[in-house]
Amino acid sequence: MVASHGLTGMLGEDGIHVDMNHLKSGEVNLGTSIMAINFKDGVILGADSRTTTGAYIANRVTDKLTQVHDTIWCCRSGSAADTQAVADIVSYHLNMYSIVNNEAPSTQVAGALFQELCYENKDMLRLVLFVNWYTGIGHLIYRCSAGIIIAGYDPRHGGQVYSIPLGGSLHKQAYSIGGSGSTYIYGYCDANWRENMTEEEGIQFVRGALREAIKWDGSSGGVIRLVVLTAKGAQRHLYLPDTDYTGPGATY
Amino acid sequence: MTGFDFSNYNRNAALQAKGAPGPKATSTGTTIVGCIYDNGVVIAADTRATSGPIVADKNCEKLHYIAPKIWCAGAGTAADTEFTTALISSNIELHSLSTGRPPRVITCMTMLKQHLFRYQGHIGAYLVVAGVDPTGTGLYTVHAHGSTDKLPYVTMGSGSLAAMSVFESTWKPNLNKDEAIALASEAIKAGIFNDLGSGSNVDVCVIEKDKPTQLLRNYIRPNERGQKERDYRFAKGTTAYLNEKVFSKEDLRKYVTVEEISGDPNLMEVDP
Repeated sequence: MVASHGLTGMLGEDGIHVDMNHLKSGEVNLGTSIMAINFKDGVILGADSRTTTGAYIANRVTDKLTQVHDTIWCCRSGSAADTQAVADIVSYHLNMYSIVNNEAPSTQVAGALFQELCYENKDMLRLVLFVNWYTGIGHLIYRCSAGIIIAGYDPRHGGQVYSIPLGGSLHKQAYSIGGSGSTYIYGYCDANWRENMTEEEGIQFVRGALREAIKWDGSSGGVIRLVVLTAKGAQRHLYLPDTDYTGPGATY
Repeated sequence: MTGFDFSNYNRNAALQAKGAPGPKATSTGTTIVGCIYDNGVVIAADTRATSGPIVADKNCEKLHYIAPKIWCAGAGTAADTEFTTALISSNIELHSLSTGRPPRVITCMTMLKQHLFRYQGHIGAYLVVAGVDPTGTGLYTVHAHGSTDKLPYVTMGSGSLAAMSVFESTWKPNLNKDEAIALASEAIKAGIFNDLGSGSNVDVCVIEKDKPTQLLRNYIRPNERGQKERDYRFAKGTTAYLNEKVFSKEDLRKYVTVEEISGDPNLMEVDP
């Protein structure tokens, strides 16, 4: 998660704005580890808690698990400003939806709202330039700075997990991982994933995966936050690095 | 037309690409902090304003009024922090009048973040928002791009690293008012002494439930200008002279010629 970007004017040879300071200070970093899974009774969302501004950790106890309705939550990665704005707008629309229809929205409705905002505002989302340091040639990559995973529980469909990757497409998945730290745990997740886990097994799976993501990804760190969404509502868990995330943790 | 004018942006970017120095925004190297305590919240700031390498103001105010019990500490572009807080202060007052309720800190934070997000970081205001309202104590940071954080202790500005080191090493839960003021001012002092962009004095604002807000202007003055041991004034008679001649004002007439200018003086205003 990135707190802010510096913007200064510089022109590349092709007339495209290139921000060298931006690149040098390592501001391109979209470091985060987030995931959400389905389990027997609902869904579990998990995230690390690191927010960076360049090399500085602006917040070491960030809450990247954001509530958009009673039992519909999302994991945010990318620009903190963009994802907070998107989540606030979705939260507003879901609130209105539940008043107008006198019924809680489904997870799919929430996912569709997130998709609409991410897809339609592609151009607004920050442009990131990567320089190939061997050739010195810049490659333009339009990178969606809002990588969001939506997970929710509704009585009709049970637990559901949706992910919205770079381009703004929407995918329903059994489980989803995201952020820079996720690259390190594709193997772990593939090897350890099982359908219909119990709540305890699900928590251990997410906790174990995020523990590895934080261990290998320098841009992820801090505490592990979990949210368990079931028919009983939302339950939060917190795991601290003091015991290498293996301790009993706290629920609230 | 109100709002920003970006018509020179492409020109400036093109000139910069050719090596010309771009226009510089005046930004304040700053240390600002905030800290929650058992019965309220305290925010503090240094008082140095810089323009490039020059100290533009040795004793400026970086603590901004939003509402009687909501105050803001500002870092970043000086003008932007000043006008953004003034705008939100106005809107908060109108909102409070229309709802008939005291304003909330989270309302203020939301208005700030939505305003700053709309301008995509072009408004360079980095703020610490603090206050008490009927829901309790609030302390937030708002970055120029519109992201916010909610924490028990916060620092911002170029001196934020120095200030945060003080918080991270000495902060403990359940501080009382005096401890919180001491901790916040100690954090600002770390910025003043260790950050080039920060300096001069410590301003503190204490906001507590059921008590009037206290603005402790120059709460600590660790950079008082001392009495110089010597000066550059010379004693009378230091320079020798050969003779002395004193002119009175009337005598001056003898040394100047006065010429009257003829013609209509109004004609001089007309173009040839």
